[in-house]
Amino acid sequence: MENQILAICLPQQGALPSSAFEVLTAAKTLATQSQGKVFAAVISDKAQTLAQNLNVPGIEKVLALEHPKLGQNNDQIYAQAILKILESAKFSAILFPGTIFGKSLAALLSPQIKAGLAVDITEVGIENGKVKAKRASYSGNALATLVGTQETTLLIALPMVFPQAEKSGAPPQIVSIPFEPKESQMEYVSFQPEASSEIDLGTAERIVSGGRGLGNAEGFKIIRELADTLKAAVGASRAAVDAGWIAYSHQVGLTGKTVHPKLYVACGISGQIQHLAGMSSSGTIVALNTDPECPIMKTASLSVTGDLYELIPLIIAEIKKRRGG
Amino acid sequence: MSLHIVVCVKSTPTTVNVSIDESAGKIKTAGLSYAVNPFDEYAVEEAIRIKEKNPGSTVTALSLGPEHAETALREAIARGSDKAVWVNIPECDTHNSYGTSHALAQALKKIHAETPVHLVLFGKNASDGNAGVTAAQIAGWLNWPAAISVKKIDSINSSEAVVWRAVESGVDVLKLKLPACVGTIKEINEPRLPSLKGKMASKKAVIPKWTAQDLGLKAEDFSSTLEPLKIEKFSAPPPRPAGLKIDGSSAAEKAKKLVDILIERKLI
Repeated sequence: MENQILAICLPQQGALPSSAFEVLTAAKTLATQSQGKVFAAVISDKAQTLAQNLNVPGIEKVLALEHPKLGQNNDQIYAQAILKILESAKFSAILFPGTIFGKSLAALLSPQIKAGLAVDITEVGIENGKVKAKRASYSGNALATLVGTQETTLLIALPMVFPQAEKSGAPPQIVSIPFEPKESQMEYVSFQPEASSEIDLGTAERIVSGGRGLGNAEGFKIIRELADTLKAAVGASRAAVDAGWIAYSHQVGLTGKTVHPKLYVACGISGQIQHLAGMSSSGTIVALNTDPECPIMKTASLSVTGDLYELIPLIIAEIKKRRGG
Repeated sequence: MSLHIVVCVKSTPTTVNVSIDESAGKIKTAGLSYAVNPFDEYAVEEAIRIKEKNPGSTVTALSLGPEHAETALREAIARGSDKAVWVNIPECDTHNSYGTSHALAQALKKIHAETPVHLVLFGKNASDGNAGVTAAQIAGWLNWPAAISVKKIDSINSSEAVVWRAVESGVDVLKLKLPACVGTIKEINEPRLPSLKGKMASKKAVIPKWTAQDLGLKAEDFSSTLEPLKIEKFSAPPPRPAGLKIDGSSAAEKAKKLVDILIERKLI
């Protein structure tokens, strides 16, 4: 039988986010290794319109499921929509984005279709006809290799790991699948957007984080300035959050967010294991600290010893100078 | 209004700094000590708070695992849970969310049949597996609604709960019909320490042990060949390449060198 791979491209606030294109790359990797075909599913209240944006080469068909009730992230109704797709087709792998909603949806489906679930995968491939994936556990201290043994395996792609699939000129071939939601035991009441316009840590390509070394809440002013200059999101260590200098939503680490930006700049963060757990898989780590011996300076790709309040303004000025010239 | 809250706790190693036996492809467990997964303390605290607001309510702690899971349940009682159920299935690898969620769902069915359950609470994720999907996966087995990443339980009565789910760009406000599974995050509360009264209760508590057979499951359901996804091996992550120390006679020189490298590596 022909091997088919399904990529679930979930919209966010009415548009397809970068995670949708990352999931397509993971799906295409599987298809290439198994001479399989990639199908993309767009499930939304305006699926037809969004599907037009999936002009990505290598996609066999875009399956569009449209219904007014799909304008809200109701997990059970979305699960019904995916089950509808599975009524008429079989897939060896179904890929989801590693957003909160993507995770919740995949987990809800796993027992219903008797499929195993690999969460936050960083690598994926086919070996001896079986789906194989890697994921980190123990906060990055152990790498688990997982092998699918049944007909279908569910995979959740860790955000910011797979590159986004590139678009080309050719329009996608869209197939509409009629969908009528049944009752659900949950009701979507409302969405409350984050008050600030700051960049989301989870999908940021660059992050500038501040820690205890800043000395006070005022210190986040220069952290924000450096972040603005680099078009980066603002992160923080637990020490800075516990001191009340910045909101918990900025916390990076074991009890905060796990991030994988291309560039992570740690300012005045000593690098306790709890913090490293949340950011050590970042591409390039820059550490600025007065103490050359602290753990973050040993983990960093680039380390600079010195006073933050002296270094950061100089770094900002240097970047602006280069951009200007 | 009296409610029955079940809180799922996992007993996890007290450190995440584990080493790997590369030839066996396994985590070296010798010498590891175990305690309640730190994230589960928030779930236990939330269960206790709901109980305090709704006199007559009961909190049951539930855990799956080897002997140290029973110890974790005593900790949950010390923190205010009324009773506990220990599920012991040696064949079930607690790193595998499919089998684990199946066993816990069966245990919840049994608990629900004895005393109807309104809400099942979970921590954000286990400090060892880091997946954070068990709440929703169990809900999938039971066909109950679920919400993970919940930062606030806005209201709860015996038939429904309104919860705030923290997502990437804001908050989803969801109304769940009960019983439901809810995964919490750290923002939900500040856990308190066990009380003296709780510690006394935890010493005296009689914790029933349920086996696969008690749950209507066969031990072989958990064998690795039947798991839809099996862990082939654990390995150590590749080491980070050695770092570069940026020196200079002045802060300005260091700043310039740093920006040079960042531009050269196309990072800015």
